[in-house]
Amino acid sequence: MDFNFSDEQTMIRDSLARLLRDQYDFDTRRKVVGSESGWRPEMWQQFAELGLLAAPFSEEDGGLGGGSIDSMVIMEEFGKALVVEPYVPTIVCAGGFLKHAGTPEQKSEHLEAIIGGERVFAFAYAEPRGRYDLNDLETTAKKAGDAYTLNGHKAVVVGAPWASHLIVTARTSGDRRDEDGISVFIVEKDAKGVTTRDYPTVDGRRASEVYFENVSVPAGNLIGEEGKALPLIERIVDEATVAVCAEAMGAMGVAHKQTVEYSKQRKQFGIAIGKFQVLQHRMVDMFMEHEQSISMTYMATLKLDEDEVTRKKAVSAAKVRIGQGGRFVGQEAIQIHGGMGMTDELAVGHYFKRLTMIDSEYGNVDFHMRRYSRLTGEDQAMAAE
Amino acid sequence: MNLEFTPEEVAFRKEVREFIENNYPEHLRGVGAREDLSKEDMLAWHQILGKKGWSVPAWPEKYGGTGWTPTQKYIWSEENARMDTIMPLPFGVSMVGPVIYTFGSEEIKAKHLPGIRDGSVWWCQGYSEPGAGSDLASLKTTAVRDGDHYVINGQKTWTTLAQHADWGFFLCRTDPNASKPQEGISFILADMRTPGIEVKPIKTIDGGHEVNETWLTDVRVPVENLVGKENEGWTYAKFLLAHERSGIAGVARSKRGVEKLRQIASTELLEGKPLIKDDDFLRKISQLEIDLTALEFTELRTLAGEAQGKGPGPESSILKVKGTEIQQRLTELTLEAVGHYGHPYFRGFPEDGSNEFPIGPDYAHQAAPSYFNMRKTSIYGGSNEIQRNIITKMILGL
Repeated sequence: MDFNFSDEQTMIRDSLARLLRDQYDFDTRRKVVGSESGWRPEMWQQFAELGLLAAPFSEEDGGLGGGSIDSMVIMEEFGKALVVEPYVPTIVCAGGFLKHAGTPEQKSEHLEAIIGGERVFAFAYAEPRGRYDLNDLETTAKKAGDAYTLNGHKAVVVGAPWASHLIVTARTSGDRRDEDGISVFIVEKDAKGVTTRDYPTVDGRRASEVYFENVSVPAGNLIGEEGKALPLIERIVDEATVAVCAEAMGAMGVAHKQTVEYSKQRKQFGIAIGKFQVLQHRMVDMFMEHEQSISMTYMATLKLDEDEVTRKKAVSAAKVRIGQGGRFVGQEAIQIHGGMGMTDELAVGHYFKRLTMIDSEYGNVDFHMRRYSRLTGEDQAMAAE
Repeated sequence: MNLEFTPEEVAFRKEVREFIENNYPEHLRGVGAREDLSKEDMLAWHQILGKKGWSVPAWPEKYGGTGWTPTQKYIWSEENARMDTIMPLPFGVSMVGPVIYTFGSEEIKAKHLPGIRDGSVWWCQGYSEPGAGSDLASLKTTAVRDGDHYVINGQKTWTTLAQHADWGFFLCRTDPNASKPQEGISFILADMRTPGIEVKPIKTIDGGHEVNETWLTDVRVPVENLVGKENEGWTYAKFLLAHERSGIAGVARSKRGVEKLRQIASTELLEGKPLIKDDDFLRKISQLEIDLTALEFTELRTLAGEAQGKGPGPESSILKVKGTEIQQRLTELTLEAVGHYGHPYFRGFPEDGSNEFPIGPDYAHQAAPSYFNMRKTSIYGGSNEIQRNIITKMILGL
């Protein structure tokens, strides 16, 4: 057993932390988030130069030979600075699909551009009526000759305004909720028939509603096997889920630290409010939630490459704890800051908002509790047989 | 003890319902209270009620109160919640009004109560300061007597909707040498147009502008703006806070909120079926409703006590704590119900007002901002920690 990071991982963390400290302070972030584009392509370039975009890819794929642990390290640092740039959609999701199931042609077409920071992807999987179910798809892809025709509407596609390419899940056969008949495609955002409606999100990012109207996608853009993509999608989404867990643990740590600092400085009734036991114990509870979030994120990251049931249980367990812990830490951080916590001026409210919204990314507490319970139930049913 | 409505009460409900349906402004129906409405819209219902004589039901009849029984007041709240009316703001009606009619001189009553009743004057509250929040008595704003005037200097904060205010009430220190911080404080009214008053917006995490900083620099107000006696302001301030708490439970509004949540959960889908059919989610709504029932009956007991002449006592802290926890939970569950569509941020968007491509269902648009905004409720009006301290001290005797 070893919970130490490799020298490479430590180096990535240190150099990234330095970059974010120097160039991603809270005021700078605020300006960027409020700007017309809402992100900094030049920051993305710096991420590329630091090797962050190459870190989780194998050397054969042009990467640095790392994996999910590297992504976890990066995402934790991103969480600490509330980074908005689209690492999860581009590197974890699009990169994940290409890494696990891309053809040599697809890899050579896209991976170099992704790793070099020249190409940004968004992951269009959610639909207006599907909630968190990856199989609940009304977007269709019909094969006609050597192309597919896409029709449908994808909801809240994070990072889409910045992306040139989309990864799209669609139904190639079967009924709306069937697990079979699901396929994944690479779609160029400027393809004919793709319309987007861009908007800001409540936690400072950008997203789009994406509409497909008779969009012709070359058959060569299909990732993996036609109609059999659900297990692949679940795997990528599990990797993305762990990535946002890591982001949440970074954000939770800062929200906790800022709260403790504030409680030392803020005086009421002649003493620092941190001296009140009722607040002390709550800050201890925040600390424990943060520690357990770290534990769960490590656990889930280390189990990402195990068998499907083990992986899913681990990821769901982590997301449940992160959802609950994030809510507690965020709410207490605001409460202990008092009125100041409600202001847009202080960073803590922005950590609270990000922690809130992470719960509803890639399945909330209830979704993952249900998935965990069902998997546990299956285990026990098998044992009973 | 019984829970039946009398025939008179049933008739009263009918009267109230008809009045609201016939008189509530058409263009404000379904809008609900929002801080970005115009001053005119926010005052519209107040002014209509003023003409009807229903704008200050809780006041003594001699000052314009309706003399309604607790049951009638309960019906009144329910019927207003049913139509999501924008109720008179609390700063005049529930805060400074009761202080004025309880402690003020005849002159000050005659000058200010009519404007509060008819909704022609907008009030704001100058209590908190950057260094005096939970520890309100440590406030530093001073009022120094200079002939027929007080000269006020200091900074107030969290001044809700002061951007629209005509008048403000301020706690100021008039005796810097008093032996205890609670002593030497006075309750002074000021016309917000007085030179030296500057209101600066504070943007909050939901993106709204509801609260402000209010800076007071050599603000000269006539001595007749003092309410009650000089240096007795703390007594009035505490009286006001207890009054504020008794209205803070928001039972009728929360019941309406639960109804809306049920509608949302009936529309939203989980695994292809209405979310409300999901046991886990339904249980959360049920828990909320059960908690709300407990609050409702606690409030009814409190109101019944008040009708028998018991003023709002430390028990009203229960209403504040439980009422705000429920309001927060309600917005939390609503955000949970809307799923992905909690993410889009709509303030000032779309700029062109076009809705060619609607972004998610209408009920989702305010879900996240409301959840963020409602975190304030356990902080304001005496934080919930302070309410627990009050119960500890005043009821448990610890």
